[in-house]
Amino acid sequence: MNVQIKLSVSTLHLQDCVDWVMAPETGGIDVFVGTVRNATRGRAVIRLEFEAYEKMAVSEMEKIAQQALAKWPVQKILIHHRTGGLQIGEIPVIIAVAAAHRDAAFDACRYIIDTLKQTVPIWKKEIFEDGEVWVAAHP
Amino acid sequence: MKINILAFGIAKDIFGASTVDVELVNDATVSNLKYLLEKQHPRLKKLATYMVAVNNEYALDGDTIHERDEIAIIPPVSGG
Repeated sequence: MNVQIKLSVSTLHLQDCVDWVMAPETGGIDVFVGTVRNATRGRAVIRLEFEAYEKMAVSEMEKIAQQALAKWPVQKILIHHRTGGLQIGEIPVIIAVAAAHRDAAFDACRYIIDTLKQTVPIWKKEIFEDGEVWVAAHP
Repeated sequence: MKINILAFGIAKDIFGASTVDVELVNDATVSNLKYLLEKQHPRLKKLATYMVAVNNEYALDGDTIHERDEIAIIPPVSGG
């Protein structure tokens, strides 16, 4: 088993993710950690709320991981994503990729986060002092 | 045939519910469904884009919908 996908309502743990992809044949681990930013275009964000179409989100993340395994010589891939409410500085997403050599790990990690943002059915709502907005919903 | 549609994100706000029932003719396509939903909920047309998922896979406009399919409206995603 070289792929781990998880949607979680509770806190994501970075060290657990790194430990899971670590293997004796690994020469490097590339990790992307998404964090909740305190502002969007100068407007203060109070918190974010994430909603997922869970079954499909998991299967789309699995597809992306399989594509990355086919495209680059990487050994293990982990994708964890949060749902529910997140405060500023909390972690909505962790991607960890282990490979024998760093180029493949960097490239695969970048591909995974970029593709996740385009295809995985997860939605983020920004909560402001005076309202809320589903991100990317409108042109 | 009666089809239950799942809604997420802003689509849930537009429908005012997390599921809606629609009545479709047998062998209706994704495009037929979109037309009907947009007539009942014109705010759908204001979205940047939206997709329909059939049984947890993104569907094309010409794909046929069957009675027991799981159908979901997927507004622009924004995970990560």
